[in-house]
Amino acid sequence: MLTEQEQQAIAEELRHYPQPRAAVSEALKIVQRHRGWVSDESVRDIAAALSLTPDEVDSIATCYSMIFRRPVGRHVILLCDSVSCWIMGANPLQAQVGALLGIGPGETTADGRFTLLPCACLGACDRAPAMMIDDDLHVDLVPEKLGELLERYA
Amino acid sequence: MERPLTQHIRPDREPLTLREYEQVGGYQAARRALQAAPREVTEQVLKSNLRGRGGGGFLTGQKWSLVPPDDHNGPKYLVINADEMEPGTMKDRWLLEGQPHQLLEGVLLSAYAIQARVAYIFLRWDYKLAARRLQQALAEAYGQRLLGANILGTPFCLDVHVHTSAGRYMCGEETGLLNALEGRRPTPRSRPPFAVTCGLWGRPTAINNVETLCCVPHIVQRGGEWFRALSRSPDDGGTKIYGASGRLRKPGLWELPLGTTAREILMEHAGGLADGYRFRGLLPGGASTDFLVEQHLDVKLDFASVEKAGSRLGTGTMVVLDDRTCPVGLVLNLMQFFARESCGWCTPCREGLPWLARTLQALEDGLGTPADLDVLEAHVRAIRPGHTFCALAPGAMEPLGSALKYFRPDFERHVADRRCPWRAG
Repeated sequence: MLTEQEQQAIAEELRHYPQPRAAVSEALKIVQRHRGWVSDESVRDIAAALSLTPDEVDSIATCYSMIFRRPVGRHVILLCDSVSCWIMGANPLQAQVGALLGIGPGETTADGRFTLLPCACLGACDRAPAMMIDDDLHVDLVPEKLGELLERYA
Repeated sequence: MERPLTQHIRPDREPLTLREYEQVGGYQAARRALQAAPREVTEQVLKSNLRGRGGGGFLTGQKWSLVPPDDHNGPKYLVINADEMEPGTMKDRWLLEGQPHQLLEGVLLSAYAIQARVAYIFLRWDYKLAARRLQQALAEAYGQRLLGANILGTPFCLDVHVHTSAGRYMCGEETGLLNALEGRRPTPRSRPPFAVTCGLWGRPTAINNVETLCCVPHIVQRGGEWFRALSRSPDDGGTKIYGASGRLRKPGLWELPLGTTAREILMEHAGGLADGYRFRGLLPGGASTDFLVEQHLDVKLDFASVEKAGSRLGTGTMVVLDDRTCPVGLVLNLMQFFARESCGWCTPCREGLPWLARTLQALEDGLGTPADLDVLEAHVRAIRPGHTFCALAPGAMEPLGSALKYFRPDFERHVADRRCPWRAG
């Protein structure tokens, strides 16, 4: 069941479009913001709310890299692996995440604190290498200082 | 040197409030234009020779002229492509975060020019700060009747919505973007019909890049001819936001006259290569442009000159290859990106790009054979415009084909030495 809060937020988005289908990616993000990820049940609920089939909703959910169809940790690390960050040392950074947290791309720490996901260019190429943790952008990263940064996310 | 787009952006990018923006002349162009005929905005933009800054380089005024003026059977739309996802590109972020009202005034003027009643700003998922600042600016603009119903007391009405994406490179391709906005998978649409006559929900739609629209208030305010003269190139008008990333002393973004040379950007503005690194080549406008090398450094970075040099201006934000970075590894990184972002709609892209990524990976791992270079060459010849549904896969061939041309000995060394010469051990 969608909560009242989620339903209201989706209704607000629907006002921006002439057809309910257009609000599907926003609806997915609304549910994800409240629950951390999008379950099969949520896919069915969104479908019902927008007069779509669950398959139609899932076809959208699965094409976007930032819609999570599996549970993620409390904090999601998005490590840019595109060209400028690659030149400036994205690989050593990823190795350092592995050394500190014991996880590789796509994995979540056993305590459910962090999920590591590689992601496409974050648009911070002049301050590479860059990553996002949740909604925060971090730039000019060096592996030695990564531990300090991760400490901020309990 | 005039820098109309960025002169009022603060170094920390804290955006101007509506009041501050108006104090430096903001919304004056809109106030004047809305008293005149919509066609006059387009006329000035035509005179300015403004070309699309998203990478296509199409003349903006010409695009607007293709939107049918007498079609009143339903709404017309303006879509702002703010889905900046081309690897190596960070220019629109600067404009979105630093001066959101400049974009909104550009949206207002452009929507007025084509008589669109609704505009959608299609924003990258991860530009969270830009999203907040745009919403803030929208609220201010609605509050002062610069948007909404009967703008500034005229009959013109415009609603502007921010649509944030959820992460897919294909959304930057304009027909993929239209599908995404309608709530469909961002696969490309066949053309014709073109978006200007049959776009969003089948209605006439102009799709313009953020930087393009940020030029419009200045063109309307100071005239198309003034804007055109800002450029160093005869065919293009205005300034351009150039950028540079890689092993440089001062990577960054600069607003410069269109037609500034690659050398000037690289050596003067970016301060040259970082200590201990030497220049080998650059991708002038993001991941999907051909390499330029030493011999091209004095090429003017305008649309026609870069094309003559065998590449594309693209987004105008260059990625620099240095001598301590493996060119094969770099092209592999790009190919993995393109393969991952392929929507799978057409076969050459869906099947060809992963094959190329695997072949390049084999070279990097010391498992390559001389025949692998032929496989790479064959794909560059086969995957070209007309053989694929959209520009993604041909774009992916541009850095690969040019790397094979300029860095071929490096590819051959991977085969002969059975390892990547840049990898330790």
